[in-house]
Amino acid sequence: MLVRIAGNLARFVLSLLAATLAVFALMRVLPGDPAAIAAGENATPEVVAGLAKQFGTDRPLPVQYWDWFSGLWRGDFGVSYVTRTDISPLVADKVQVSLILVTLAMALALAIAIPAGTIAAVRHNKPSGAVIAAASQLGIAVPGFLLGIVLVSFFALRLGWLPANGWVAPGVDFAGFLARLVLPVIALAGVQSAILVRYVRSAVLEVMHEDYLRTARAKGLSPLGALVRHGLRNAAIPVLTVTSVQFSALIIGAVVIERVFVIPGLGSMLLSAVGNRDLLTVQSVVMVLVAITLVVNLLVDVLYTIVDPRIRAAAQGER
Amino acid sequence: MRNTRPTPAFLVGAAIVALIAATALLSFFFTPFDPLQVNAPARLQGPSLQHWLGTDNLGRDLLSRILVGARITLLVGVVSVGIAVLIGTPVGIWAGMRRGAVEEITMRGADILLAFPALLLAIMFAAIYGASTVSAMAAIGLASVPGFARVARAGTLQVMNAEYVLAARAAAQRPVRIAARHVLPNITGMLLIQCSVTFALAVLAEAALSFLGLGTPPPVPSWGRMLQESQQYWGTFPAMALWPGLAIASAVMGFNLLGDGLRDWLDPKLGRGKA
Amino acid sequence: MSQGNEIQEEPLLRVENLGITAGDTPLVTELSFSMASGERIGLIGESGSGKSLTATALLGLLPDELTPSGSAHLRGFAPDLFTAGDKAMRGLRGDEISMVFQEPLSALNPLMKIGAQVAEVMLVHRTVPTRAAAQRRAIELLASVKIPDPAQAAGAYPHQLSGGQRQRVMIAMALANDPQLLLADEPTTALDVTVQSQVLELISAQVRERGTGLLFITHDLAVVANMCTRVLVLNKGRLVESGDIEKIFTAPAHPYTRALLAASDISATDARGRLFTVDTAAGYVPPALRTEVAKGPAAGAPERSVRPAGEALITATNLDRTYHRARTRAFGPRPVVKALDDVSFSIAAGERVGIVGESGSGKSTLLRILAGLDAPSTGSAVVAGTEVAGAREADLAPLRRQLQIVFQDPMGSLDPRMKVSDIIAEPLLVPGQKLDARGREAAVHQMLGLVGLEPESASRYPHQFSGGQRQRISIARALVNRPSILVADEPVSALDVSVRAQVLNLIADLVDEYALTLLMVSHDLSVVRHLCERVIVMKDGRIVESGDTEQIYNDPVHPYTAQLVASSLDLARELAPNP
Repeated sequence: MLVRIAGNLARFVLSLLAATLAVFALMRVLPGDPAAIAAGENATPEVVAGLAKQFGTDRPLPVQYWDWFSGLWRGDFGVSYVTRTDISPLVADKVQVSLILVTLAMALALAIAIPAGTIAAVRHNKPSGAVIAAASQLGIAVPGFLLGIVLVSFFALRLGWLPANGWVAPGVDFAGFLARLVLPVIALAGVQSAILVRYVRSAVLEVMHEDYLRTARAKGLSPLGALVRHGLRNAAIPVLTVTSVQFSALIIGAVVIERVFVIPGLGSMLLSAVGNRDLLTVQSVVMVLVAITLVVNLLVDVLYTIVDPRIRAAAQGER
Repeated sequence: MRNTRPTPAFLVGAAIVALIAATALLSFFFTPFDPLQVNAPARLQGPSLQHWLGTDNLGRDLLSRILVGARITLLVGVVSVGIAVLIGTPVGIWAGMRRGAVEEITMRGADILLAFPALLLAIMFAAIYGASTVSAMAAIGLASVPGFARVARAGTLQVMNAEYVLAARAAAQRPVRIAARHVLPNITGMLLIQCSVTFALAVLAEAALSFLGLGTPPPVPSWGRMLQESQQYWGTFPAMALWPGLAIASAVMGFNLLGDGLRDWLDPKLGRGKA
Repeated sequence: MSQGNEIQEEPLLRVENLGITAGDTPLVTELSFSMASGERIGLIGESGSGKSLTATALLGLLPDELTPSGSAHLRGFAPDLFTAGDKAMRGLRGDEISMVFQEPLSALNPLMKIGAQVAEVMLVHRTVPTRAAAQRRAIELLASVKIPDPAQAAGAYPHQLSGGQRQRVMIAMALANDPQLLLADEPTTALDVTVQSQVLELISAQVRERGTGLLFITHDLAVVANMCTRVLVLNKGRLVESGDIEKIFTAPAHPYTRALLAASDISATDARGRLFTVDTAAGYVPPALRTEVAKGPAAGAPERSVRPAGEALITATNLDRTYHRARTRAFGPRPVVKALDDVSFSIAAGERVGIVGESGSGKSTLLRILAGLDAPSTGSAVVAGTEVAGAREADLAPLRRQLQIVFQDPMGSLDPRMKVSDIIAEPLLVPGQKLDARGREAAVHQMLGLVGLEPESASRYPHQFSGGQRQRISIARALVNRPSILVADEPVSALDVSVRAQVLNLIADLVDEYALTLLMVSHDLSVVRHLCERVIVMKDGRIVESGDTEQIYNDPVHPYTAQLVASSLDLARELAPNP
């Protein structure tokens, strides 16, 4: 089991390494010299060269990559070419906001999807099951930012129950923090729960056809008892996979939701950096978002090893 | 045995997709108004006989803008799915047939690319090259490659393990021939399903990108941008957001239903349990 | 009839007019039988006969879309089993009626420890006071089904046990609450021969010891003869015949029973040395009535046309094939599995050789290496003048012309998206083959005729054929470019008995007609004995014994071969009068 987890860790580190290379190649090599971009179109070569020296972009690319990469390791993203400020403290600040949003949304999505999907599977040939399945089909089609717009127009602007947008740190005003969190979390969780319902439903339906569930029934367990005692843990395995895949969708979904609700998270930081052509900041934020995705994948891989003894055994070479 | 009749989901999905395609085609020949024609006195009108869906904040006809907006949606979908199919499928088949290091490297590469969702890649491209339809299509297409590579590889592995491929190899059939005669026909169904699922994701990504102002630049109307332009009027004039929102949702649903229907139709075992 | 004294006693189980329908399609029709307590009844039928559905109906676990009619009564339980309702039936399941299923791996929960799964059935019915007592009792039960180190096994997960051990666990689970009735649905079909006989022995001993009624479902007549006292023969959902084993197996009254018996008895051949089929069953004489009973080669061995032994066509020298498992330690060496270990033999042109072994013996790996579909790790294999070891695809072209292969799975060996004509013509579409489209069509039609299929078959797709017909198509494809070597990997093990005989006869006919060298892999000694004059016995990647089939069958030298021969249930031997 430990061997397996060590393997997961090794793969995670390799993926992270590859991701830094990919991000660096895309953001730093493709667009050309940031000094030229920062200096503007009419700048003289001397000005550009001066900026390049200042930014360090006159050095060979591998050196620049190593510089950036070793900085990442220490949590130092460098200084923005545009705003000339340190990127790291900003990122550290905003990442908390985004993580709160994303984690709560995933928790809510799972809290809705697991029971709803299970009911939809158990009652798959009854009206209630069909209604849940149809609702999830509808829900999948409504992107998070659209749901956000609907929620804002109705609950905030029409009814005035909740603030339409903004953000307050929990330490400052906890009630206000919660109030501003409700709509964006629902908007983010909505699509996710619709997607997850489908996967939970099909995973549960799948195990309902398994031989070991028939065995459980042959032992004298009730249909529900058999499902709870033997089915759900088995059904959890494919759902785990989907959850890890959907987490990356949720993170990118949060970028858009932050725009809808004017929340100062990584998404807003990313979008304003794109607007300013502040490529080093874009590069840093993208790297953080990708790293979060990879960490979640790692956690899910480790969870697998804990849930499924077969995977544990595969690493031990049978018995 | 395969079902001989398509499922209702497939028919509904196909109908929605056909309607959107027809809409986009129609818009080349006829729209009730010029979708770009500003008409300040007629701004923010509700539905009327003249403007069936009303007008936006500049008095432009919403119906005409929705009709023309379908073009961008379909264009981005078709091109990005095309990129993904043309790159992902051969890579996946190659990985599945060659196995070994080829498989290991391509699939690890696909895994890493998977950490970059379509929208994130599109935002990066917009940062590098500026917002444009081309960079949106390239980014969404590239981000969809690993999905196709994985599906193609999984299908190929299945087919390559089948005894009929062993029999073909025993009959001295060359790999290219096996790929063409056995692998491709047997994974076409899976690829079709992946196409419609990916199309739905592309529609979503394009809409989000336009909503962020990083998609097709104005004045060309796109559904996502129409939503963005409606932002100030969400409280006072929600119809301006309603119509493009409905258009996006029904397009996504159409392609999802099409994919589900195909799954149930082509492979009842695969689709077991899907709505 | 010798059932006079059983009539007074109330039967353990009484089934009257059982019918099962799916919508309007009848799957089981008017099935009636009764079982005395402790009686062992075999329910026999081929695939689609409704035998498994019958057992599932008795347990009240038919799928929702199937509805039973008629009635069934279990002694000591007032309501009718078919109408009692799930709640009442739950009290019976696992307590009074238990079931052992065919595939023990999928029938056990992969994420739950063995001990907990056995204990559960006692906790559900509260036949033990506490969880701890259930766990203790579970270990006792595991010991009683002869699982080595039962305490450790109780803490293991299903995938950590062997197939035979898993089925023993299922048996322990089924018998935990001392049920009155045990339903066994093909419990040994998925197991190796030597394991099968042990598991059958276990079921038999446990059932006798406890006086449990046994309803044993199988397609294998030899197994029924071994296990049961009475037999019900089912065909297409109808009971065609029932009675004591001796009566049914010596004087079958119904033509279907006779045909089934004739086709199953692989030791009996007609005047041409071919197996009896449904069509020729009339000439079949059951073994007990035969004068020279199953001893010595005369009864079993078909007359073989003696052919002069040619030169060595296949020569294997010190073949090794190793696979690597996943690493156990981060930096240690990867564990190595030897699929083939120092295998050497040679086969002369025109010989018919069988390779016999259980799962994991390396027999299929060997076959694939000889067919150029896998490469040996070390060693050499020269097939029809071509060295397979280290060969590149281009070097194998001569081999591909000389050697063709027939696979086990009649579903998987034909591309579902190709027409039969394209499937059969595929070997003709290689560089060097000069046939044009018309020539290929003629060849396809000739082959279809040869394997006994209609010419119209050419334009159909594989799913429109039965398993036996599909195997004929495979054979046609294998022989279309006139190879000199035919390799067959378990060609009949997925087929029903009545079809099996036909396909074996077809192979025998074609081997004779084309003077083929036949190399056949099988887990079934009797199939090899029928078709091959020489046999190679493999175990754990090694050849343990090889030689003349009859000699090895009658006088095995290696203990493993002896065990294999003794474990193979042979209809003739089961029915032979006990000495």
